[in-house]
Amino acid sequence: MTRQQILDLYFLDARHKLIEIAAFLDRVERAEGKDDFRLKSFRAALAKLDDKKKNRAKEVLMIFSDLTTKPIGKATGKGAVGAWQKIK
Amino acid sequence: MRYIEPHAHMVSRTTDDYERMALAGCEAVCEPAFWAGFDRSSPAGFFDYFSQLTEHEPKRAAKFGLKHFCWLCINSKEAEDVKLAEEVIALIPKFLKRPNVLGIGEIGLNKNSRNELRVLEMQVELAAKFNQLILVHTPHLEDKLKGTKLILDVLKNDKRIQPGRVIIDHVEEHTVEMVLNCGMWAGMTLYPETKCTPARAIDILETYGSENIWMNSACDWGVSDPLAVPKTALEMKKRGHLASAVEKIIFQNPKKFLRQSKNFKLGI
Repeated sequence: MTRQQILDLYFLDARHKLIEIAAFLDRVERAEGKDDFRLKSFRAALAKLDDKKKNRAKEVLMIFSDLTTKPIGKATGKGAVGAWQKIK
Repeated sequence: MRYIEPHAHMVSRTTDDYERMALAGCEAVCEPAFWAGFDRSSPAGFFDYFSQLTEHEPKRAAKFGLKHFCWLCINSKEAEDVKLAEEVIALIPKFLKRPNVLGIGEIGLNKNSRNELRVLEMQVELAAKFNQLILVHTPHLEDKLKGTKLILDVLKNDKRIQPGRVIIDHVEEHTVEMVLNCGMWAGMTLYPETKCTPARAIDILETYGSENIWMNSACDWGVSDPLAVPKTALEMKKRGHLASAVEKIIFQNPKKFLRQSKNFKLGI
């Protein structure tokens, strides 16, 4: 597909998602309290969007990922939260 | 358009979903063993589940002209209890003789713990011993990258395991390349909120090619869509993919991999 065709197919959808992200950040910042590790990762991922590299989706996924290499001692829960937090 | 749904948890779906899938062109559905949303209290719970997958569910699918196949294992979410896992794994060999069983799956990791890894190794051993295909679940979200690497290490280190007889499921942009580079198959799961959207799955196809890769809905009791595969096929057409290219991804590729099991017969 040409760039024009891709824009025709996906621009409105991407615009909608971008505004949702903007509104999410406004919502978070209006709320009282502190940021947590998820928002820190989120902001780091946002910075990747303006990168000139062509693999932004992969780069964003890497930012949210656990980059350690050894198995953990014991699984204390079953769920994932979307961003990795280093256990101190 | 005809398609194969290579990963769907139909025990969690209604009979209406079988009908909708059949109307959309589904010819066969393959159901890996998974977590019920709660921990089973004993091996007897797994015995009943394996019976459901090999006896009851094929009959439910057949009412709509669908072939039903399954994979057997203890899933990684219940693998922290190694003793329970050992007892469940001991049940599996007798079920491998059932005519709709394709192999061992979906085994893998969830939180990347030592016990999960131990149970994964036990089930890889089971697959090797009985010469079974392997379907692997990779962890969710932040745990996926690390878990995929740990899983690939286990599989690569066992020289009895032929890479072309293993499918690593739930790949995304940061894991697909390492899977394909190992000679294993890659599965893309189409979810509304996590894993791949249709648009991203097609991006991956356009970037990494259409060899040794399939798409599935992995529909279960959570947020998921049993028609995700045909909907993505439609999006492929919007993106200008030829009908033959679409058929390769949604029908020919899963057929090619699954036919490595003698039990996979479409009757066409």
